[in-house]
Amino acid sequence: MSYLLAAIKGLVLILMLLFTFAYLTWAMRRGLARFQIRQGPNRVGPLGLFQPLADAVKAIFKEDISVAKADKFVYWLAPLISFTFALAAFAVIPLGPKGSLFGLDPWVAGLNVSILYIFAVAELATYGIFLSGWASGSKYSLMGGMRSAAGLIGYELALGVALLGPVLLVGSLDLRDIVDWQVKHGWLALWQLPVFIVYLIAALAEMGRTPFDFAEAEQELVGGFSTEYNSMKFVAFYMAELLHWITASALIPTLFMGGWHAPFGLPEVPILWLFIKWLVFIFVVMWIWASWFRTRYDVMIRFAWGKLFPVALAWFLLTAYWVASKGGAV
Amino acid sequence: MSVYALAKAMGITLKHLFSKPVTIPYPSAPVPIKPRFHGRHVLTRHPDGLEKCIGCSLCAAACPAYAIYVEPAENDPQSPVSAGERYAKVYEINMLRCIFCGLCEEACPTGAIVLGNEFELADYVYADLVYGKEDLLVDTVGSKAQRREAEKSGKPLKLGFEVPYVRPELEGVKYE
Repeated sequence: MSYLLAAIKGLVLILMLLFTFAYLTWAMRRGLARFQIRQGPNRVGPLGLFQPLADAVKAIFKEDISVAKADKFVYWLAPLISFTFALAAFAVIPLGPKGSLFGLDPWVAGLNVSILYIFAVAELATYGIFLSGWASGSKYSLMGGMRSAAGLIGYELALGVALLGPVLLVGSLDLRDIVDWQVKHGWLALWQLPVFIVYLIAALAEMGRTPFDFAEAEQELVGGFSTEYNSMKFVAFYMAELLHWITASALIPTLFMGGWHAPFGLPEVPILWLFIKWLVFIFVVMWIWASWFRTRYDVMIRFAWGKLFPVALAWFLLTAYWVASKGGAV
Repeated sequence: MSVYALAKAMGITLKHLFSKPVTIPYPSAPVPIKPRFHGRHVLTRHPDGLEKCIGCSLCAAACPAYAIYVEPAENDPQSPVSAGERYAKVYEINMLRCIFCGLCEEACPTGAIVLGNEFELADYVYADLVYGKEDLLVDTVGSKAQRREAEKSGKPLKLGFEVPYVRPELEGVKYE
């Protein structure tokens, strides 16, 4: 029974994520257009609201071209890997307290190591990018994939070490426990401000968004790892990219800003508060995207190893010392 | 890397987010154009209703694209068409050849041919793009294609532009 319930909840979550993806493409195109003083797509339906439908029809009916030089199996597998793992990461994010969704728990998988799970799944999605670059039989794709893999080594260490601080403080790897802790003690963003900043920067890199979107850098690499992909295979990559954005925008508030908990003593409504915080981060990423330049990937790796990692490590040691002096987690 | 520069960049984009888009959704909103924009020609009239064109063909001689054909005829003194001895019996401009340079307007001794502001001339058949007198005289508004579409749909003809004022050379022309 519980498996069936998890399957149903998973299906609902996937549908919700795909719907969110569809309208995020619309919001992104309209939003970025307004940042650039343009109109954005406004032809299909009122305010261009049916644009995602038109895009979907176009992508599905587009001729699916395979590259002669490509390694066929991996070439097909790569977008699937990217897409599947990007979709899977959201499963452990708690949208509300236990039993708040019509008596059900508002999460798909109640893992007690959900942080580890998210890390594992999100990094596996990078394999999709890397493999696609390698399998495409194109130098642009290869360079995009390599940049992605090199960038991963850069930011992932900082990301992992940064999160050790909050985990030590809370004494749990479970996102639900982290939110519960924040309900009692206040936002982790205030307790762990340096970690919060390091995490924000690293999360941008993990999403592959400006200023760290060097893996697909149109101006240098045509399309990076997705150069040789079109129709639905390309859409799978595109979905994966936006799903990372969606997931990270929900994960950052969960980790650092009280998750589903209402801020400033406002009334608790399940899902709503996380949704509002999610919207804020979606907007911030879009804002950054519209404003900033793209870093070179060696600059980013130097920055990640030289600045982010030491800060995260120092803060981790400080937290560890503090926690030890208190004789255990707060 | 200057954090100040990054913050400034974000400030600029935020300012743009709350400003009106500079692009115009053209078919649904009119394009603002300058009064001296070179568009479709107009054959103007004197205030008493007589045509200014005297059929001298100087416009055709000045035209670098050979787009103008004029065939003059003698005015009937009892009911003159133009203010001069002769008038243009046939006055045709091939809009496919015309480069909208305005030399015809400069050459015209009576100020009869003036370049207006209309630019929506696209049509399906070459022959329809040769504009005769009936298409060019002041009282005609819109291109051939626009007038045909308006007649077919029964809706009033809508010009896709707006000008702050119509320049005085375009005597009697109203774009609204």
